[in-house]
Amino acid sequence: MDAVVFPDIEQLQSEARELRRMVIDMAYRAGSGHCGGSLSCAEILLTLYRCVLKVRPAEPNWPDRDRFILSKGHAAPMLYAVLARLGFFPVEWLGTLRQLGSPLQGHPDMCKTPGIDMSTGSLGMGLSAGIGMAWSARLQGKSWRVFVLVGDGELNEGQNWEAAMLASKLALSNLVLIVDLNQVQLDGPTSVVMPLGSVSDKFRAFGWSVRECNGHSLADLIRVIPVLPGGNQPAVLIARTVKGKGVSFMEGDHRWHGAPLTLEDYRTAIADLEEIIRER
Amino acid sequence: MSGNSNLPMRRVFGDHLVQLGERYPELVVLDADVSSSTQTRLFADMYPQRFINCGIAEANMVSVAAGIAAAGLHPVASTFACLPATRALDQIRSQVAYPRLPVVLAGGYSGLSDFADGASHQSIEDLAVFAAMPNMTVLCPGDATETELALEAALQQHGPVYLRLSRAEVPRLPVPGRFALGKAIIRRDGSDVALLSTGQILECTLEAADLLEKEGIHPRVLDLHTLKPLDEQSVVQAAVDCGAIVTCEESSLIGGLGSLVAVLLARTRPTPMAIVGIADRFGQSGAYPDLRGEYGLSACHIRAAALELVRRKEW
Repeated sequence: MDAVVFPDIEQLQSEARELRRMVIDMAYRAGSGHCGGSLSCAEILLTLYRCVLKVRPAEPNWPDRDRFILSKGHAAPMLYAVLARLGFFPVEWLGTLRQLGSPLQGHPDMCKTPGIDMSTGSLGMGLSAGIGMAWSARLQGKSWRVFVLVGDGELNEGQNWEAAMLASKLALSNLVLIVDLNQVQLDGPTSVVMPLGSVSDKFRAFGWSVRECNGHSLADLIRVIPVLPGGNQPAVLIARTVKGKGVSFMEGDHRWHGAPLTLEDYRTAIADLEEIIRER
Repeated sequence: MSGNSNLPMRRVFGDHLVQLGERYPELVVLDADVSSSTQTRLFADMYPQRFINCGIAEANMVSVAAGIAAAGLHPVASTFACLPATRALDQIRSQVAYPRLPVVLAGGYSGLSDFADGASHQSIEDLAVFAAMPNMTVLCPGDATETELALEAALQQHGPVYLRLSRAEVPRLPVPGRFALGKAIIRRDGSDVALLSTGQILECTLEAADLLEKEGIHPRVLDLHTLKPLDEQSVVQAAVDCGAIVTCEESSLIGGLGSLVAVLLARTRPTPMAIVGIADRFGQSGAYPDLRGEYGLSACHIRAAALELVRRKEW
């Protein structure tokens, strides 16, 4: 898996739908879990793990792997689905999500789950940890890169901006931040809960190289992410997404940040995802 | 080195970091714009490539250190002791303690040792906070030798360590036998009363022991440089042999050494106890000896607490 492969877009699109179905399955079985923010990052995670990250599923702690930090740790179900499909652990584990003794915790745990590079869950800390990793790689003369995914709601946490300053000061050209800009957080739209203004302008002001793209367009993501960071400064990709993407009644609705699914919700959600598949 | 050549503990720490830098190539140091105070500046000058000044951003510093540890290096993240336990606590809990990452959190200026700056800069809650944190080792050296040995022991640990340091001058005492993490040092043997000491109050505890000895009372002095894991065997043995325990710490008496020992003895061997510590109130500005007097941490206070227990024993 060292060599990065580029599967065709259609195949990836179909895998993204399958990932969404797996997430709905997991959340329904677990009786809890965060669907909205998992569904918004399906294409981002898929692109990273299928086309960008140099990782070895059979050797999850391979020292020279690229690192990935899911700073928005509540999207763990989507990451677990991706890791299982890549072979980091058996797909059967997915059915144990959030159960006592499961290796799949409600939020990512680097000690329990193969393929998790940093435990997360408390928001706003992933970028800082990514800085530590990227700096260490450079200090040791290693060429591996670090990718961090944050949510836009998460950017409310001031620590992100402490980190933005430091990454810029250290000129970490091996660090890539991706913002899953789904514009919805737990209590409501980000524009209401905590207006962010232009995320791009903010990062530019902090000295970062900034790109934007449609976070559900695999073609866009595949074109943009592999060439990041580029240059001699850290890079951020602002990926515009829809919270709850793919399940009609969840899209853009903050109530589906973390609400449990009833049987009816579950059937509707699966039907939605299958309809998309049939439409193709 | 002679016993009365006192050095500030922070300077001992800073000097020893430089020395260990040579022997531990994986050692890197972070500070949050107080490296001239904590003395990590000495390491920064010697190994600029292995040092990050994170600016006045302690939360970010701790998370960066966690990332460094996850990448296989061994970071020492240094700042004033009041900050890890408060401003950067979630980062320590979520990214250091929970994932068991080898980060040494060096808390300089602990207790009342930043005497003149007042309550905002003093740290009396840190022991309670870190003692309650799963996976965390808590080291409180009491003299110069222990500061060096504790720092090196922390770097040999494969997990999170809180290293509680003082701004103040400390003596350099010989270490009887081998220094081992989690193993108390018996500084003086006796069986009338046991004085259990952690951290920079060691000097006052030894002074109190001298006073007691002059009064015909033979105290045992247990130096618990490792607060957690507590050396339960030595503490219970002291309770068995002496029948009276005085714990001494420059820290709140809620949640520190006194609390840990009380919980242990309640479970194993209930024993009359006195807890010398700060009685649930904030510090203030003042000369260090005056503060120790005001907050009941002096040798006289320790002696008085011990005498009271010994009298009760005799009834």
